[in-house]
Amino acid sequence: MSDLPSSPRIENVGEDALLLHFGDRIDAAINARVHAANHRIQRALPQLETVPAYASILLRFDPFAWSDHAGQTPHHAVTQAVLHALQHVDNNLASARRIDIPVCYDGEDLPALAQHAQLTVEEVIARHTGAEYQVAMLGFAPGFAYLLGLDPALVMPRRAEPRLRVPAGSVAIGGSQTGIYPTSLPGGWQLIGRTPLRLFDASASSPSALQPGDRVNFRAIDAAEFIHLGGDAP
Amino acid sequence: MSLTVIKPGLLCSVQDRGRSGHAALGLGRAGALDLPAWQLANALVGNRDDEAALEFSLLGPTLHFAQDAWIALTGAVDQIQLDEVTLPGWSCLFVPAGTTLKIGPVSQGCRGYLAVRGGLALAPQLGSRSSDLHAGIGPLPRCLQAGDELPIGPATPLNALPAGSAPRALHWGVDPAPWRDPSTRPLALLPGSHQSLLDDDAMRALWQSRWRIGQDSNRTASRLLGPRLSLRAPLELISEACLPGTLQLPPSGQPIALLAEAPVTGGYPRIGQLAQVDLPRLAQQRPGDTVSFEPSTLEQAWHRLQRRQQALTRLSHNIARRLQP
Repeated sequence: MSDLPSSPRIENVGEDALLLHFGDRIDAAINARVHAANHRIQRALPQLETVPAYASILLRFDPFAWSDHAGQTPHHAVTQAVLHALQHVDNNLASARRIDIPVCYDGEDLPALAQHAQLTVEEVIARHTGAEYQVAMLGFAPGFAYLLGLDPALVMPRRAEPRLRVPAGSVAIGGSQTGIYPTSLPGGWQLIGRTPLRLFDASASSPSALQPGDRVNFRAIDAAEFIHLGGDAP
Repeated sequence: MSLTVIKPGLLCSVQDRGRSGHAALGLGRAGALDLPAWQLANALVGNRDDEAALEFSLLGPTLHFAQDAWIALTGAVDQIQLDEVTLPGWSCLFVPAGTTLKIGPVSQGCRGYLAVRGGLALAPQLGSRSSDLHAGIGPLPRCLQAGDELPIGPATPLNALPAGSAPRALHWGVDPAPWRDPSTRPLALLPGSHQSLLDDDAMRALWQSRWRIGQDSNRTASRLLGPRLSLRAPLELISEACLPGTLQLPPSGQPIALLAEAPVTGGYPRIGQLAQVDLPRLAQQRPGDTVSFEPSTLEQAWHRLQRRQQALTRLSHNIARRLQP
């Protein structure tokens, strides 16, 4: 069970929100603690809305549903309930979902990234598909997942001039992170490929293919398989 | 039953209480910027309080009603002119089939609401009918356009205001004064995580300045223009979740107050959190208007929120009782 060194630092953010801080840097181990705690809170206290990020979880609650105690803010009651729930965190996230993402590695910035990394394009693809990633958080746009686990050799700063429109399904690298544009968006990340998967569908009951804490692998496919799997011809 | 948009007005969109429960997937709540005004518009036509209504900014739409309808205008709308008749805001209006209603410029703030008895009956998306204009989410994922037809849900006649051949208003309405505070009283600001990192000049300026609402403000945020605020030392932050009401400090030194369409995550220092009771007051400021801040504790903000909620619930019940005696 729990080997957490300490409880998270808890900050009252507003009348209906608390922020749990687990650290102050982008780090896979800290982020894994976030998802373990998030998983536990969601199971124990499903009435809370949780928003996990790299090293924090925002909790939003209905303050009127937590205001039984005269004179006390609902934050006190929520804090007590959360600390109680976190006494029983299972840090072994063996239950994390594993998602396989097929990628046609033909992105516009792939040659530049290979040059930057002093690798061949084939080596870049091998390194990008060879790692396992963790969905650290979603943000920026609905369904946009920030993935941790990029091979350090593939780290490359964002483009100086962001694109006004990055096509949906673009797989990209921004600094030490990799991610997929779920819909057509403006963006400054380096484009290395495309996935035919539809990652966000607002009309579906579960709208995002990727969820916080998921484990992700990329698999290289060719242009024919990209089309076969439903991708749009470029 | 439907209404037809003749002219869309400004930033006119379909809004309800918002879309909660999806922030972890990168999807914010959206919803009405002035929730009490939206709720009272629904109450005044006898709707349940979760029906979708129209929200507009500065300039209201022109709408055509092919069937008899009961409507209410709240928020920044004071009154409207229909042919030769002046009809009040913050009351219930009957408009007969064939009416073209031109709402025009609002006079008492920035955001107006129009609720229709029966509600705007678009199919909810992810639990809400609200348009998230920034993310392009919702049954109508954009502002209204001329020619749009919006379905109206089933509506029984209203006992207190029988149908007729001419537009007319209920003989009573709601006093907007408690819900539309035009005073220059400061907005209550809870301490943000990084407020203590402001330098001395910035701390003074935060509380003593009047902040002008920028022209590029929208449903996502109000940009506040005033003295440039700086931190004692540069701060590298990693992204974390953010909320409506958060006062962010980007590198420009000009704070941004997040509103209903706040992004779900952000990496700017948080120098304050507006008390929820004062969020509608901020949202009702027009570009060019000025606001100021005063410090508040969480306890004070929570007590004010409870008082407002009690008043809103009591008023909604009273309206319902008088509409269908």
